[in-house]
Amino acid sequence: MNEPHPFMPNSARRIKEEMLHDLGARYVEALFGDIPEPIRKSSTLNLPSARSEMETKRVVEDLLSRNLSTREVVSFLGGGVWPHYVPAAVDEIVSRSEFLTSYTPYQPEISQGMLQALFEYQSMIAELMGMEFANSSLYDWATALGEAARMASRVTGRDEFLVPHYVQPDRIQTLKTFCEPARIRVVEVEQDKRTGALLDGDLQEKISSKTAGVYVENPSYLGFLEVGMKRVGEIAHQKGALFIVGADPMSLGLFASPGELGADIAIGEGQPLGNHMNYGGPLLGLFACGDERLLRQMPGRLIGKTTTKDGSSKAFTMALQTREQHIRREKATSNICTNEALCALAAATYLSLLGPGGLERLGKIILDNSHYTMQQLRELEGLKVPLFEAQHFKEFVVGFDRTGLTASQINAELAKRGIQGGICLHDQFPELGQSALYCVTECHTRGDIDRLIAAIRAILGER
Amino acid sequence: MMTFKQAQWNEPLIIERSREGTVGFSLPGPEKPTVDVPVELLRKKRPQLPEVSETDVIRHYVRLSQENYGVDLGIYPLGSCTMKYNPKVLDKIVASAKIQDLHPLQDAGSVQGILRILRELSEWLAEIVGLDKVSLQPAAGAQGEFAGAMIMRAFHKQNGDLDSRDEIIVPDSAHGTNPASATMAGFKVVEIPSNTDGCVDTDALRASLSHRTAGLMLTNPNTLGIFEADILEIARLVHEAGGLLYYDGANLNAMLGKAKPGRMGFDIVHINIHKTFGTPHGGGGPGSGPIAVSKKLEEFLPVPTVERDRDTYYLDFNRPNSIGKIRSFWGNSSVLLRAYAYIMMMGRDGLEEVAEISVLNANYLAKKLSQVRGLELPFPHKIRKHEFVLSAAKMAHETGVTAAHLSKRLLDSGIHAPTVYFPLIVDEAMMIEPTETVSKQELDEFIAAFSKASTEAYANPDAVKDSPKNTAVTRIDEARASHPKTMQLTWKQKG
Repeated sequence: MNEPHPFMPNSARRIKEEMLHDLGARYVEALFGDIPEPIRKSSTLNLPSARSEMETKRVVEDLLSRNLSTREVVSFLGGGVWPHYVPAAVDEIVSRSEFLTSYTPYQPEISQGMLQALFEYQSMIAELMGMEFANSSLYDWATALGEAARMASRVTGRDEFLVPHYVQPDRIQTLKTFCEPARIRVVEVEQDKRTGALLDGDLQEKISSKTAGVYVENPSYLGFLEVGMKRVGEIAHQKGALFIVGADPMSLGLFASPGELGADIAIGEGQPLGNHMNYGGPLLGLFACGDERLLRQMPGRLIGKTTTKDGSSKAFTMALQTREQHIRREKATSNICTNEALCALAAATYLSLLGPGGLERLGKIILDNSHYTMQQLRELEGLKVPLFEAQHFKEFVVGFDRTGLTASQINAELAKRGIQGGICLHDQFPELGQSALYCVTECHTRGDIDRLIAAIRAILGER
Repeated sequence: MMTFKQAQWNEPLIIERSREGTVGFSLPGPEKPTVDVPVELLRKKRPQLPEVSETDVIRHYVRLSQENYGVDLGIYPLGSCTMKYNPKVLDKIVASAKIQDLHPLQDAGSVQGILRILRELSEWLAEIVGLDKVSLQPAAGAQGEFAGAMIMRAFHKQNGDLDSRDEIIVPDSAHGTNPASATMAGFKVVEIPSNTDGCVDTDALRASLSHRTAGLMLTNPNTLGIFEADILEIARLVHEAGGLLYYDGANLNAMLGKAKPGRMGFDIVHINIHKTFGTPHGGGGPGSGPIAVSKKLEEFLPVPTVERDRDTYYLDFNRPNSIGKIRSFWGNSSVLLRAYAYIMMMGRDGLEEVAEISVLNANYLAKKLSQVRGLELPFPHKIRKHEFVLSAAKMAHETGVTAAHLSKRLLDSGIHAPTVYFPLIVDEAMMIEPTETVSKQELDEFIAAFSKASTEAYANPDAVKDSPKNTAVTRIDEARASHPKTMQLTWKQKG
């Protein structure tokens, strides 16, 4: 290539020649002379040629324009990634290039900004979860669950992990991937078909001196709250197992925190806290724990508050690094290195804006909107809403069994009307029949909800 | 010469700015509680979160940003981290609602644009590393390693000898994630020493290979920045022993268009999108760590992969022998979108030039810095690739100024320090990767800063040890942060 490149100042011919001269080389190729010929010869790239910035932007934006975003339709999809409003102030902060283009704060003196923000993030997540400590992020809820199971096994020296039946499929499959090589057996505990509550009898039967941890979600994947949380925690503790609670952070301004429910480890998905859905990633794994004994086994990076050596000012730095791979190598608590720091910064900014009052009020709005939707749907003949008789938050299952239509038929009809219906549950949980998981947040106006109701009424009328 | 003084706001914690009744939000609709929730389900204790205005929040975090150093401020030569410039057009592209507001469970018909992008990116990455099939799912390099080690596991299990093949070999110069990932995937780690050239000792490798070998994890160029010239022999030995070869892609930058890991004999590769393909590191993440495998391992890739049927793109979950899911949904899509645009913009020749200029910069810098008093370049006769490791052992011995002190002194010049004390096989190691995106002028300034620090070390070592002075805070008491008696990890915890 002869033209100098805008991102490579030393590609300009004269500069390049000057540097090569300094090295006593005539051609750049000489610097690759140590690569064996057969490798070197067969490594030419078969890729398109370069495009200008303008052309690239046009081509990529043209491709993106073929997507139908949830802003152009009314969407009721949730189930692990949810539509929540991202305040402009959050986008502004995470776009600051001092944050965006920095890396893991290995040199704390010059990285205080990110370190303090992450310390604040840890503090806020610990508060929200009602726990003592939180790390500075994992990849997502699913990997947080996998890490929690392995941590419970390390802490207790046991090798069984109990989970409810109704957990998001990606989450349960990721858990199994994490558990298999550690020889941890994942055991499902049944839930009441009517209320969704974890079945006491089945739990008592399956829990034993081999149980490392008992995991429950509140609210569950299907949106219902578990009334027996405290009792499940007590049963787990009686058997010497850890109690692990998964929670939607958006529910925690209103509903009991994992800490209040007796959790030893609390996990969840932080995407709703100021992060866009981005077609499912990046996400933000929340991970918190209850005491110092557990802290030593916690995966992921931790930021601590300390002082300068001369004691003149407060300062922040990475703490307890001896748990981590770059120090402990094969004995580390996890292999995680790059995490989701920028998403954690978004969460810290978001929670600062909302504060305790905002979070509580937002919880009420979501509760109100989702209940309004359930109430309206209930009035349509043939629907069972919600399928589980329990308190719900944000998400709920709509049963279509008595409509004579399948959930995917209904979704196809809704799509024609500019509406994305809920997640069809038949493949994941056949016993729930023709049903779909609907998600309603603060982003849904009464107009959006009424449009859904009118559309379903019309679809049912056309049968 | 530029001088540097970082902002020193001594900004309080955001919670200390809290004033009761202040709000930073505006939410839709009047508050009208229409739903009664049983009281036992409700939260009893309000979380201690700040009550601050939007102005407070913006000023707080903007001030903090001023106490943070990023690539946009100057050279950031962390070895093995590839802190290259992040093209601004990528920021604009990912700010589109056409990616931000996509739900992962939308019908394939409504996401054809992003699916095509992900599919083409998969094909490009496969081409770049010289392997057959790619999964975009891993959230970061270490997760790619975990997925790769799990694939080794699945492969040996299918061959019926997982029980006996329980060892993964890593060189002593390997990134810490390699042994950690191997352990997570249930393997024992066997570490082998490097030879006098800083490369894999093939005799030691031969001696550690056996019917117990599941595979070898290697980065090439290695963490000293030296190309493992015996790689074809290494690959032959590992394959003959029945093991698989895993390529840690952290150091891929210098290999673009020059040496494909697949041609070196590797079976599994992870790619650090945030290192090689121009996406920002975000203060520690998000990154993205796709993996590529050879044909015989395709069946084990995590589900789903992005496939194409004529002009239609879809997610394919049909892979019965897959290692399963390793995370939620399909990958760090917005990071991958940036990489797609980056590769499109650079093109075939641009990527090859990335390799060339990054190597030119590293060798230029290595040569100049090895002439600085007190610094030595171990294995001096070797050409470097994207990075190199200096030893400050001589300076430490002669003046008491260590690699840690030197790195703090560099901060005072407004330069981020190299990776220090890694790899473990070099005393007083300083691992330096300038990348292709710095100018010669910046390199020369970097060299001048090093020379100045060296001169100071020999004239007045205590002044160097007293660094940094120009950063937001002076030298930090790191031991205090981890000591059980003084540790403070949240604002409610008493430090």
